[in-house]
Amino acid sequence: MTAVPTHNEAPSLAARARNIRRHALRMGQVQGQGYVGQALGAADLLAVSYFHALRLDPSDPDWEDRDRFYLSIGHYAIALYAALIEAGVIPEQELETYGSDDSRLPMSGMAAYTPGMEITGGSLGHGLGIAVGACLGLKLKGSSSWVYNLLSDGELNEGSTWEAVMSASHWKLDNLIAIVDVNNQQADGHSSEVLGFEPIVERWASFGWYVQRVDGNSLEQLVTAFDQARAHQAAQPRVIICDTRMGKGVPFLENRDKTHFIRVDENEWALALEALDAGSQA
Amino acid sequence: MSTEIAAKKRLTTSAMIASIAAEGQPTKPAPFGHALASLAEQRQDIVGLSADLSKYTDLHIFAKAHPERFYQMGMAEQLLMSAAAGMAREGFTPFATTYAVFASRRAYDFICMAIAEENLNVKIVCGLPGLTTGYGPSHQATDDLAIFRAMPNLMIVDPCDALEIEQAVPAIAAHPGPVYMRLLRGNVPLVLDRYDYRFQIGKAQVLRGGRDVLLVSSGLMTMRALEAAEQLHKDGVDVSVLHVPTIKPLDEQTILAEARKPGRLVVTAENHSIIGGLGEAVAGLLLRNGVTPTFRQIALPDAFLDAGALPTLHDRYGISTQAVAAQIKAWL
Repeated sequence: MTAVPTHNEAPSLAARARNIRRHALRMGQVQGQGYVGQALGAADLLAVSYFHALRLDPSDPDWEDRDRFYLSIGHYAIALYAALIEAGVIPEQELETYGSDDSRLPMSGMAAYTPGMEITGGSLGHGLGIAVGACLGLKLKGSSSWVYNLLSDGELNEGSTWEAVMSASHWKLDNLIAIVDVNNQQADGHSSEVLGFEPIVERWASFGWYVQRVDGNSLEQLVTAFDQARAHQAAQPRVIICDTRMGKGVPFLENRDKTHFIRVDENEWALALEALDAGSQA
Repeated sequence: MSTEIAAKKRLTTSAMIASIAAEGQPTKPAPFGHALASLAEQRQDIVGLSADLSKYTDLHIFAKAHPERFYQMGMAEQLLMSAAAGMAREGFTPFATTYAVFASRRAYDFICMAIAEENLNVKIVCGLPGLTTGYGPSHQATDDLAIFRAMPNLMIVDPCDALEIEQAVPAIAAHPGPVYMRLLRGNVPLVLDRYDYRFQIGKAQVLRGGRDVLLVSSGLMTMRALEAAEQLHKDGVDVSVLHVPTIKPLDEQTILAEARKPGRLVVTAENHSIIGGLGEAVAGLLLRNGVTPTFRQIALPDAFLDAGALPTLHDRYGISTQAVAAQIKAWL
């Protein structure tokens, strides 16, 4: 490990991940909709990011020495809000405002709205390029902060992502960790069918990145991967490919026919919360 | 007109780095590059980025003076703008350069969402604005103002000559927020030194007074406007030239005050399509305020323009000094 988290890891990462899922489901319940499938799938990698890897000060989200976490996939905002609530950056009661007029928690993530939301995402293919610039800037300042960028398999369709992949390697950005959430779902269907992304490991590696691929719903594998990404010695950017399951933690959603937007009926939100709690206790 | 020129002399497409200066006109070399290199001596937050066009945007002067603050981003304009946004997030003041066509057409979404929406302090400085190359539509940014004027938060500056570029560089660096500046590069004509002129962000300035015509111009068209005014003066036509280097936000007060002066034909002159540039901005301003002088626009046509030699093209599309003077005379 090269970075020392400023927080302790109690409660456990498993409890953190469960709470992130709970917060997300409750926001979905408030709004009657939301990208909860993605939030449930990404909860584990967010728990490891926010409660194991990142240096952050919840009372000062703009702390100069923090690690930056860039969410380029704006529609995952519900997942990041859940993580920021769990981290204490956003008060828990504020989730009641999710998606409401004048809320700090709009449906798509925007920097000006939400503390801890570093960039405005949503127009896909922007985040990694912004991260390249931030990493160059941090190096020029002599900062030891890391930049994490969470992107998605669908975002690999965007040519601009590959401009950034090539550039990060060219500039030997060893302060950059990309996290790719591979849930194989995008707006028009399975990512592998919309525009195939395999062989994903070889592709990133051939661009000069240090690549790890893990089960993105295994906290153990994620912890190891984040530790290795930071401890890796070569002057090259790092990427962690995370295979995740949409709806993870709520069996009836995990098994539901999936699209980009998982359908949840009005009476199912409470059932989903119950199922989540039952699963975590088991 | 073009046949006449062809009969006189066979003109060829000018080289990409050719100067727009007329023969014998005083010039200064690479005013942008030198001004930025000099500003960076005082301001450690200045960084320069280019998408494989540093030599063609005069940024190479800065790169040579401050290699540790120069970033070659490769021929990747989307990355150029995103990375500039990332550097601005970390407290730097990035100057990002490419050609105006590539910034406005290819990188639009990145400038809009990564830079302008967050009001980040990025200065986008672009060569070949309007019709300043004979390479044809792939390189002629005849629509850049139309594209950028609708972008919230983005300031737009269209300097006239080397003096104004030198003064605009520190001024836009001092302005907090995103700026798009049209760039004349290489040996850039020096004109405004004869007019006791000082660039001020957001300010339009009367360069010469006149009773018959108010000529409202920006960028290199102010050079042409001043020359045309001289010619028309010999014919007994008194032309005032109002130079508007900041296209957005427009200096509404000055433009309205000048346009309200009675008895003058109001003409706008711009190195841009007749759609969406200075002319329409001024027309809209006047109409919204009930100011309705006789109004005419000198601008490039709504068309993909020809390739060829710049003097030929400037004559053909009505933005040469001769063509400006002829159009005004015909309207009086």
